[in-house]
Formats: sequence, C-alpha cells, structure tokens
Amino acid sequence: MAHGKLSVMEGSMAIAQAVRMCRPAVISAYPITPQTHIIEFLAQMVANGELDAEYIRADSEFSAASILAGASATGVRTYTASSSQGLLLMTEVIYYLAGTRLPVVFTGANRQVTAPIGLQPDHQDTMSLRDAGIIELYVEDVQEAYDTHIQAFKIAEDHDILLPVMVCMDGFVLTHVYEPVKTFDQADVDAFLPPYEPIHYLTPEKPMVFGSGTDDVNTMEFHYMNHQAVLRAGDKIEAVAREFESAFGHYRGGLIDTYATEDAEVILVAMGSVIGTLREAVDVLRCEDVKVGLVKVRSYRPFPAEALRQAISHAGVVAVLDRALSFGYQGILATDVKTALYDAQQRPQVLGLMAGYGGREVNLDTVREIVKRAQRALDMGHVPQETEFIGLKTETLPQVGAR
Amino acid sequence: MEKNVLSKYDEMLFTPGHRACPGCGASIAVRAILAATGPDVIVVSPTGCVETFTAQYPYSPWGVPWLHVLFENAAAVASGVEAALKKRGLADKVKVIIIGGDGGTHDIGLGALSGMMERGHNVTYICYDNEAYMNTGVQRSSATPLGASTMTSPAGLKSWGKEQPKKNLPAIMLAHSIPYVATASIAFPKDLTRKVKQALSIQGPKYIEVHSPCPIGWGFEAAQTIAIAKLAVQTGLVPLYEAYQDQPLKVRKLSKRVPVTEYLRPQKRFRHLFTGQDDQAHLALIQAIADDNIARYGLGE
Repeated sequence: MAHGKLSVMEGSMAIAQAVRMCRPAVISAYPITPQTHIIEFLAQMVANGELDAEYIRADSEFSAASILAGASATGVRTYTASSSQGLLLMTEVIYYLAGTRLPVVFTGANRQVTAPIGLQPDHQDTMSLRDAGIIELYVEDVQEAYDTHIQAFKIAEDHDILLPVMVCMDGFVLTHVYEPVKTFDQADVDAFLPPYEPIHYLTPEKPMVFGSGTDDVNTMEFHYMNHQAVLRAGDKIEAVAREFESAFGHYRGGLIDTYATEDAEVILVAMGSVIGTLREAVDVLRCEDVKVGLVKVRSYRPFPAEALRQAISHAGVVAVLDRALSFGYQGILATDVKTALYDAQQRPQVLGLMAGYGGREVNLDTVREIVKRAQRALDMGHVPQETEFIGLKTETLPQVGAR
Repeated sequence: MEKNVLSKYDEMLFTPGHRACPGCGASIAVRAILAATGPDVIVVSPTGCVETFTAQYPYSPWGVPWLHVLFENAAAVASGVEAALKKRGLADKVKVIIIGGDGGTHDIGLGALSGMMERGHNVTYICYDNEAYMNTGVQRSSATPLGASTMTSPAGLKSWGKEQPKKNLPAIMLAHSIPYVATASIAFPKDLTRKVKQALSIQGPKYIEVHSPCPIGWGFEAAQTIAIAKLAVQTGLVPLYEAYQDQPLKVRKLSKRVPVTEYLRPQKRFRHLFTGQDDQAHLALIQAIADDNIARYGLGE
C-alpha cells in the first residue's frame, strides 16, 4: 500500500495537488470565490513546470466549461472548478457534457446562489445541477476531497460510464481550512489512475460528428443511455472507493457512509462538511445514552436509494439536514430520502430540516435541538407537515398581510 | 462558381444530401471553405443553419471531424480543441476552424469570440453572414442591415424595418490586434477560398466574414443567390478586404458601381421601401452607407 506524506495544508492546495497528480491535459477556469485558490494554485504549478497542462484562463465560467467540452471531445483529460453563479453559468454546457458523454471532472466549491448575493456555503448551486445527467459526490473533509478527486477521474473516464463527475465540497469550510492531509506519490497515483483512453474523439484520421440533432425517434434513447450510465456509476463509485482503499488505505464511503446506525432510533442524514460535526455530536449524545446514528450521503447522483433503505429503514425517525431548498416544496435531500423510503418494507418517519442553510452554523447545540425534535416526533407518532428552518430568526421577519 | 475553385476533396469533405434549403448561400460557403482547408481540419459550429442542415442523427455530410456544442460558445469550444491538439502533438498538422452564422457570432457568441481572440488561439473563425436568425425563421440579428424587415423588426405603419445599421464585427475583431481579418462573399468563391488558405497559413486567431445570402429569409428566387451576393458587393454595401495589423488594407476594387436600389429591389425584406412611391428618404440612408464604405475602404477604381 502507498504510504503517502502527511502535512498540513489549505483545502484548495490539497485539491490542486490531487488534480496535478491526475495529469489533466487541459484546465480552464474563471475566478469565483470560494474556488479561486484551487485554480490559482494550479496556475502556479503550470507556471513552475510542475504540471504539464494547457491552462486556459477563460472569459467566463460558461466559456471555461465550453473550452473543456472542446478539449474533452478532442480526447484528453480535463478539469475545472467553480462555485455558485459560476456553476449556474456553466449549466447549459454541463447538460451537454453529460449528454455527449464527455468525462470532465469539476470541483463544485459550494456557495449560496444569488439573491441575496453572499459567500456562505450551502448546496443550492450544485444540487440545482442534479438533473443534468452528471455524477455528484459530496465530501466531508479535506482528505476525502483529495481522495475523491483522484477517484473522480477514474469513475468519469470508465468506458461503461463516460460522464462528468462533480466533486462537491463546502466553500471556505473545506476550501480554505487548513487540515492535515495525506498526499501520495505520483507513481502511486499513476498506478491507480492510468492515462485517459477515449473511445470517441475528434481526429481527421477517422472523422466523426459530435453534437448532432435528434428527433422524437431517437431523443429518448440518448437520455435513457445517459440515465443508465448514471445508474451504472453506483457500482463503479463503490468499486473505485474500495480500490482506493486497497491502494492508499482510505475509505470514507462509496455511495453512503454510516456511523452508529445499527441500533439507532434517530438517524441523521446529511451531506458535506457538516458530517464531521454530526459525527462528534453523535459521539457526545451516545455518551448520554441517546440512540442516535448518522448516514452520510456521499453520492448524491446516482442517488443511493437501496443503500439508504438498508441503512435507515429500521430507525424510528430520520432527520434530514438540508442545505438546499426547492422553493415551494421542501428540502431537496429530504424529498429524495422520502422517495427512497416509499418502497421500503418498514418506513420510518422523515423529519425535513433546513439546517446549515445559507451558511447558518450547525453546532452541538443545533444537533441537540434537531435530535430533540426527532424524539418528540417519535413520541407523538408523527412529524410536522412543514419543513422546519433550524435557527430561523422569526422576530426579524415582516408580518405578511399586516398592511 | 468560378472555375477551379473546387478541390479534389469536393464531395468528399462535404457530401451532397444535406438538408440545406434550395439556393442556400451558407452551404456554398462551406464547400468553398473546405476546398481551402482540405481534410486535416477540425470544424466547430455553433447552433444555427449549418448545424441544423448538416447534423441530424444519424446522418452527416461531414467528411471532416465536426463538433457542435451550443449556440454561444463555438469560439470557446474551438479554443479547447486547439489546446487538446497541442497536448496530442497535432497542433501543426491539424487546423481548427469555426463555421458559424451571424447570430452565433455577432450576438450570442460574441463574448466567447472576444475571449478566444484575446487569448490568441490558433483558430480561424469564419462567419457565414446571412444577416438574421434564419434557422429560427428570420429574426433580426445585429448583423441585419439597416431597413431590412424581419419577423422581429417588421416593417409597418410606424416602422421601416431594422432601425440600426449592421454591426461592424470585422472592425471589432481588428481591435483585438489579431493578425488577419478578411471579408468575403460567396459570389467570389475563388477569393473566399484564397482568403481561407491565407488565414490558415498565419499563426494565431483569424476572422473571416462571408456574406452569404439566404433566399428564404431575404425573399428572392433560389436561383438568384449568387447574383444577389454579387450585387451586394457591387453596391459597396459589402466591402471585400483583407486587413493585417502592419499593412495597408487590401481591398477588392469595384469594377462598376451599382446603386443600392438594384440590390434592394429584388428582395422581399426591402419591398416596403418600394411599395407605391419609392421611399427615397430611407433609400438615401442606405445609399449613404454604401457611399461611405466606398470612400472609407477605397473601393473605387
């Protein structure tokens, strides 16, 4: 097994180092906080000759993604990072990349979406891309972010998959934090991740067209193949995570990760950096004899419905902490968890909570409050109909209809 | 077409059987362009007429690798193709060109185009200019000329068609300090092919705008495409030139001057200027553009 070297570094530097080890041929990027450090570090690596890549400073995120569409179609490994409005500006291209099966790897450094404009980490930006036909993986700390970027290329470029993969990591909390990270030697990463071998690419030796139009006779088949590829990625994500474990000794979950769930009456379900806080909180609450457990959703698309059913069906109440909202309905992860449970033999109640939304802090007290609400639901035998917004300052809200 | 324009590659790089309308100027442009490029080229097209009539799965007339991504990003896509070719060691062997319409070039794709020009990619951007959004059914673009009636700039009691002159995109491209900008017309395919070859011989970003009449959008007989294209040049409304950063403008002089009315009258998009009494006031504004071009570019003998 590869030994690696442990050192303390900024999250963005860890990502840049992981990407460098993956030897992308073309990187294109546009500055937006909080992903900017990643592309700055990569620019410096190219400038220093430590990374032999074409680095294209695009005129917008939209162009950055478009540049990678062209590069990927020409048969090379590609990478970019963005956040918030930048990801939304890329959206049109991201759908194309998925539909054309171009395995671009993205870092989605999560940040709230305007309006109001702000820098807080929530998942509204990347989760709004869930239906684009791509793979989305959410990581909980810097080490997992480092590991997952290396895994992402392997998943994306698999000939049975060929899809864009977005590694989603909370802005600032993960991009700007300094944590101990174990990085690995180039030779070990090369052994894990071979060079990209495209099946289809642009070359005069064998002319091909990319991006044809289709009609009612063919369109559904293209979407079906895209859908099947995302579904197939489920096994691949798990397999690559296990392969990574054999090579590097780290396993942080494939599709999901579970913590103290076996006998839990209340199970918390969440994604991203809040998982670290929740693990600590579970430890504390377990000391107080509260039967609480935790499930991390690592793969959001494909959505691990079966793995989730197995992990949470036995609980009394499942509390979903959401950092993205479908306005006019409910938290987006909560919707997906409820849908997954509908087919379960045994169906726990699901408490949908907006927690950490807009960057609002989630700490031990917040988790105590959430678990208290879950226990109340357990006692009452039902959960509130309305999505609860944890920490909402109701006293600052205008009274509707007061005038 | 003039003699000897078509190369040995004709009907191999761009085959018959595509879905262009009868008399399509853009399809004539594509043939003349590929005669210049030969097979060692990758073509990027934005959404538009050429994309629509050449790429309906599972058919393709393209004998060269061809890539369509979206409407507004052809220049960015081509930048990525060029970068990947560099990494694959093919940058010297394989040329990258864009063939895009005026909507995707002058309007929605202008940001990406400016970005590609500023970054200096070795790509030749060729705009087939049919002066409106023809693929979606004739709506005005910023390349639509003054006075033209389109579905979104219709002539009416209070309108005489598009109220703004055509955007001078070649001048905007020149302002990016790129090494070569040219204008061409499908009426002069030999000249067009030569200009494409010239562009391909120069390192860096190049821009060529090819005036490509559209029988359906402009309202003339399909057999008249070349004749209309020639009249546009002869009036001075479409000056043909090559611009280098360090040399005087090279222009195609006009052997005879034709009044703009001869060009405008056969086209339905201008017929509101000729119903009843000729609309002299507005025709004079259009003639002034031609006169200004002739003086500005030195098109006279």
